Amino acid sequence: MSLSFRKVSLEYANGVRAVHRIDCEIRAGERVAIIGPSGAGKTSLLRMLATALRPSSGTISVLDTNPWRLDRGRLRRLRSRIGMVHQAPPLPPRQRVVTAVLAGRLGQWPAWKSLASLLYPLDILGAERMLERMEIADKLFQRCDQLSGGQLQRVGVARVLYQRPDLILTDEPVSAVDPALSDRVIGELNREAIERGVTLVASLHAVDLALHRFPRIIGLRAGEIQFDLPPVRVSDGMLADLYASESRTVPTQDNQPLETLPAGVRRRNMFP
Amino acid sequence: MRAAHWGVIAGLIAAVWASFAYLALDLVQLLSPEAQVQMWKYVVSFFPPDVSADYLRRVGQGTLETIAISAVGTALAAVLGLLLALPAAGRFGAVPRAIARLVLNFLRSIPELVWAALMVIAAGLGPFAGTLALAWHTTGVTGRLFAETLENTPSEPASALRLAGSPASLAFLYGTMPNVVPQLIAYTLYRWEINIRMAAILGVVGAGGLGQMLYFSLSLFQQPQAMTVIIAMLILVVIVDGASAWLRKRLAG
Amino acid sequence: MNPALRLRDPAAAPRLLLTVCVIVLLWPGFSLTEFDPASLFEERSRATIVKFVGTFFPLETSREFLGLVLKSTFETLAIATAGMAFAILIGWPLALVVTRSLSISRIGPGPGRVAGHSVRVPARFALMFFRSIPEVVWALLFVRAVGLGPAAGVLAIGVTYGGMLGKVYSEILESNDTRPVTALLETGGGRIAAFCYGMWPVALPELVSYSVYRWECAVRASVIMGFVGAGGLGQQMELSMRMLNGGEVSTILLTFLLLVVMADAVSALLRKVTS
Repeated sequence: MSLSFRKVSLEYANGVRAVHRIDCEIRAGERVAIIGPSGAGKTSLLRMLATALRPSSGTISVLDTNPWRLDRGRLRRLRSRIGMVHQAPPLPPRQRVVTAVLAGRLGQWPAWKSLASLLYPLDILGAERMLERMEIADKLFQRCDQLSGGQLQRVGVARVLYQRPDLILTDEPVSAVDPALSDRVIGELNREAIERGVTLVASLHAVDLALHRFPRIIGLRAGEIQFDLPPVRVSDGMLADLYASESRTVPTQDNQPLETLPAGVRRRNMFP
Repeated sequence: MRAAHWGVIAGLIAAVWASFAYLALDLVQLLSPEAQVQMWKYVVSFFPPDVSADYLRRVGQGTLETIAISAVGTALAAVLGLLLALPAAGRFGAVPRAIARLVLNFLRSIPELVWAALMVIAAGLGPFAGTLALAWHTTGVTGRLFAETLENTPSEPASALRLAGSPASLAFLYGTMPNVVPQLIAYTLYRWEINIRMAAILGVVGAGGLGQMLYFSLSLFQQPQAMTVIIAMLILVVIVDGASAWLRKRLAG
Repeated sequence: MNPALRLRDPAAAPRLLLTVCVIVLLWPGFSLTEFDPASLFEERSRATIVKFVGTFFPLETSREFLGLVLKSTFETLAIATAGMAFAILIGWPLALVVTRSLSISRIGPGPGRVAGHSVRVPARFALMFFRSIPEVVWALLFVRAVGLGPAAGVLAIGVTYGGMLGKVYSEILESNDTRPVTALLETGGGRIAAFCYGMWPVALPELVSYSVYRWECAVRASVIMGFVGAGGLGQQMELSMRMLNGGEVSTILLTFLLLVVMADAVSALLRKVTS
């Protein structure tokens, strides 16, 4: 198993229980979408996979290792193989996009290369290619504070693509991106995972994106897994239950209602 | 006005009267005709100032020396201040933070002139003492400000980079520094402007520049020469004020 | 075109230029300032430094020395207070002269335009002259004129701070709402009356606050001026330093720090009470 949770619980210092006794296994190369209402624990789950948070109980295994048994050096090397796209892109406002993207390989480059790149970006072409995939290549030398929210999110994705990690984690990566473009971004993430055979775990707010693009959907609510199924078997009733506490309708990227199917009709399978 | 106000006014008047009494300043003697004549003679001896080409050249040299003292001293302070600001902002733990803050407070509590006298003892007369004095004092000031800036800057960019496997130092350079550098530069330039004025003065205890020339000429009772130096100081201050105001307007607009 | 050529960093050239400029400006500075850190570690200077630093501890705490320090502290406080009194005496009238909103001649036609102008300009110039010459230089000059001791300090603070107070007082007076004053002047009221009824009530808190803040600065300045012979704690410290008596110097330094903290507290308290 590449990733696994065994009876993992996470409790924050203020007593809030984010995740409760989760059992889950994800094989290398799988593409999984995690959906659920706000506060369900999606971010906490991802941050545990990113080794940013330590489970309060249970065992977690990331890329076949228990990260909390590693020494500092090995943990750092493990982390350089994990790429996380944060919901709020952690980009310094006055930094230029090209430097922000190149920072993705700081965990892999030797020190001299990282330092030199501060003075003059050493792989402008590489950065540009990633930005092109996100359709913002023209922003290459602009400062981050000159970009809109959606553009910043795409820069964050470009950075992770540049990092070429073995595990891609994304936390609501397109919440500020308009619907047409967000489909393309998710598509690119999937393409990267498929082409390089790496694992992709994405938490998504928009259910339609999840159902259309991912072969495995995990529904999370109140820190517990409600279902773990391929999209064709996710029924409207399950979705309604999942989001019941939040709203009467299921969230989508363009805020249009999710296509509902008459009972008994299966969803279209979008995968080969 | 409230009773408290009257009380404060009475107190202030009493304090002023007590001060004069304590100092036993013989104001009557100070303002007596003889004293006034003496003072007038003294004032007149300053004019006309010495504007011979030779002396003007020396004053010019002194001015350059003053500017150099302020520039090198401020530059040193910017580097040292940043180095001390890292532990002072808590980046290496609680104990280094306390120690660094103590050092910075010590450096900035001692006035520049006292530092200059100390440095003259350590390094001898001349501009090197002045440069060191400015460097020590300004390090205390800038170090503390840099530390506060570092503490108030968001840490998300750097921690996200560390989460992607970056070493801590590089995460700092890529994630935190871009936010902080503009403020650091602005404050350093502001301190340089203040230090030019300071550098001119430090010389009176032997730390080089225009101040040292002033002290020597006054000690040798060469009032016209002293006047030239004072005028040079005035001109320097006016030019620096004007230049910084112009620069500020350019950068803001 | 070779994509690598097309994609050159546009910020590279300006950055390089800036770096070169900074180096070109700083490099001569190192020789001008006789920058030589190695000299600090030479035999002779190292011996002096070690000997001097060695005497810093323990602090000099003999009763007679502490008594001397206490006396000097009081002297410094007295210099600062008396000096501020002088400064207000100098700065206040000049501020009144300089404040435009109190100028009758600027409101409408009537005599006195030229006269008003010819008084205001020199007054403004005097204020600028007083505060542009560094306070230490004033102290040096007064020491030469009236001799070593607190008198020079009082006069020096009076002049420098008089210039500062004059400028800031006039700014405070001008920044407040000038309509009541103008109205009074237009209806024929004298300048004094206009001031007392139109300006004083509004401006007072700010004036007091700034003056108290300046007193606190004056305490620090008195010590610095004492260093060049104008009495008080500063003169004492200079004497101790000349004798390379580190213990006395550290005692005085500590006293200075305590004095500054105390002055800061008193000034904050006064400002709170009078606002």
